[in-house]
Amino acid sequence: MDNIPILKIGSALLVTIQVDMHDQLATRLQEDLTTMIVKSHARGVLIDISALEIVDSFIGRMLANIASLSRLLDADTVVVGMRPEVAITLVELGLGLPGVKTALNAERGLTMIGGVSGGTEDDEDDDD
Amino acid sequence: MTTEIVPIKTGEDVVRVRQKVRVRATEAGLSLVDQTKLITAASELARNTLDYGKGGEARIETLAAPRKGVRIAFCDKGPGIPDVQLALKDGYTSGNGLGHGLGGARRLVDDFDIKTVVGEGTTVTIARWKR
Repeated sequence: MDNIPILKIGSALLVTIQVDMHDQLATRLQEDLTTMIVKSHARGVLIDISALEIVDSFIGRMLANIASLSRLLDADTVVVGMRPEVAITLVELGLGLPGVKTALNAERGLTMIGGVSGGTEDDEDDDD
Repeated sequence: MTTEIVPIKTGEDVVRVRQKVRVRATEAGLSLVDQTKLITAASELARNTLDYGKGGEARIETLAAPRKGVRIAFCDKGPGIPDVQLALKDGYTSGNGLGHGLGGARRLVDDFDIKTVVGEGTTVTIARWKR
């Protein structure tokens, strides 16, 4: 019964983390997300952490895991809404979250992923 | 000042420690950044207590002198740490973390003390003072 809702917006999935994460919840989220990515053919995952008062190495690891998992499933992950005090603490902790893309807010995050419109396959023929 | 003892046996207990520390840090008048640093350090250490110390407890107290602050001791009766200097190094981990637990937590607080005896357990005490 304890789970984190995953919303579909265009070709992206939006996850808003509002509760204090613990082990089972983190594992559950990773499983639910990977299932959803495959099922919905999502091209991106937006993780909103604006409600999180802290990000410790446990949460940091979870974010990094989700980013790796999504990459393997052909989806981009963008973490959005990090609070300034959380950023300060993370840097001091030595946790720069390498490999995790970030954006200031959900709107910018969606733009990074490719917008809400999705589906429209831009003809990006690399002429070489 | 009353000392509050919070058992650390499950992942949910780590969350509980964070919540209790936040209440104390707010009461002590720590700034938002200082609160965040203290809670993050507490979260790292509570998880260490759980993962490496095989569980234990956190003792949280509010300090009044010389300044207001919050002190937390994390105690376990786990295997202890054979080489503390090595464990404090960035990048060190014996578990599945990113290896920033101990050294990272130390940077986030004003006072940091670690007492460990191999085979008997570890106590890590941290404090953060109001500026």
